[in-house]
Amino acid sequence: MHDHHHHDHEPHPFQPDHDQGPATPYEVLEQAIRELLIEKGVLTNADISGHIDLMASRNPALGAKVVARAWVDPAYRQRLLADTRAALMELEIDIGDLAEFRAVENTPLVHNVIVCTLCSCYPKLLLGYPPSWYKSVTYRSRVVHEPRQVLTEFGFTLPDNVEVRVHDSTADLRYFVLPRRPEGTESWTEEALARIVTRDSMIGTALPDPSLVTTAG
Amino acid sequence: MTMEHGTPPRYAKGDKVRVDDRDAIGHCRTPWFLRGRTGTVVSIQGTFRDPERLAYHYPGLPALPLYKVRFNQRDLWPDYNGPEHDQLEADIYENWLRPATPAPHE
Amino acid sequence: MPEKKNEYRAEAGGRTVHDVGGLDFGAVDFDEHDLALWERRVDAMIVQLATKKGVFKVDAMRRVIESYGEQQYDATTYYEKWARALRNLLVEQNVISREELDAKLVETRAKMRAAGREASSEDVPWNEWDEKK
Repeated sequence: MHDHHHHDHEPHPFQPDHDQGPATPYEVLEQAIRELLIEKGVLTNADISGHIDLMASRNPALGAKVVARAWVDPAYRQRLLADTRAALMELEIDIGDLAEFRAVENTPLVHNVIVCTLCSCYPKLLLGYPPSWYKSVTYRSRVVHEPRQVLTEFGFTLPDNVEVRVHDSTADLRYFVLPRRPEGTESWTEEALARIVTRDSMIGTALPDPSLVTTAG
Repeated sequence: MTMEHGTPPRYAKGDKVRVDDRDAIGHCRTPWFLRGRTGTVVSIQGTFRDPERLAYHYPGLPALPLYKVRFNQRDLWPDYNGPEHDQLEADIYENWLRPATPAPHE
Repeated sequence: MPEKKNEYRAEAGGRTVHDVGGLDFGAVDFDEHDLALWERRVDAMIVQLATKKGVFKVDAMRRVIESYGEQQYDATTYYEKWARALRNLLVEQNVISREELDAKLVETRAKMRAAGREASSEDVPWNEWDEKK
């Protein structure tokens, strides 16, 4: 059994490239391309740094905020499921032009799991960059075929009466899971609720973790 | 972008559809493990430009209806080791779908 | 392990290299690492070129990656694949030429070394036969 993280990473500041040892052919290529595109006026430094800054602002905490809102506000929940883009925009989360988003809700009888077997499609403009394992051929190959076994490797088992529903993101729609609100959290604030919604619970490979919060306020 | 003006959808929610069992030339977004399989349309996702054409810098028009199709896992994998109600859903372009033919005894 | 992956592909019928749903590559590796700056820049360039500048669609990037041989596909990381696809598409779309790129690569290596950082002299492979065995 692999040791794995039950919680998300805190965002780390990325290391400057010169701390990483010799430049690989790919790092050399990236710099060469970037300089050529800027020289030719195809892109500007601001284009590139602007997108890097944008992606730095998108991370699982944003998704957690959406989930917590859906938990406390049933009307918002319905809007999130019916028109995910618009509901995200209500919270000032603009998902841009590349894809549509769909929230899929877990219920007492359905547990959803997200994958992209063909590449690594992921709701990046909500959750930030996907974890390495999500992009790996190990996850992509096996979760469609033996999802319950894969979930066991992630650390939990679902009873047989719960349907496991795998979503393969094969087109321009990006999926994330609206997990079930854990029992015993009925009196919690929205802010506390957001803290127990992990990245993996929005992919479907974990459940929200109430132990992440020691006080409910 | 989504909801491009395209052909009207041929299938409706609840329709049984079969994924074409053919090879793709070049880029394709219909996974191998779904080829030849029968599922049910869960929803119409809109119309989208054809990725197989976009991949080669063609405009990919007319836009194709895209369907969310649900499959029983037991129909996809002979050795599926979970309960019979486990499902898998994928977004499939209309040009990869045919109406599922009824079984001979129906 | 890489040999085993190639064996599966050989038995996998008519699949393309990336189309892995239902194959078995073993246990999920839960190691996580943050993106390096060069990887974030690759992502930024691709998104900008595909959405704001209309140089290519992301579908074309995927098509290029899917054309990699198994060895390249399995031996490269996610952003290594995308950096190579970016290069190939920019040349395919005549945004940059091979000559310009080759000259810029020489210049880039020199700049990196002058700044005190070693830089690989190898090119990112253009095709399977360029790969080191």
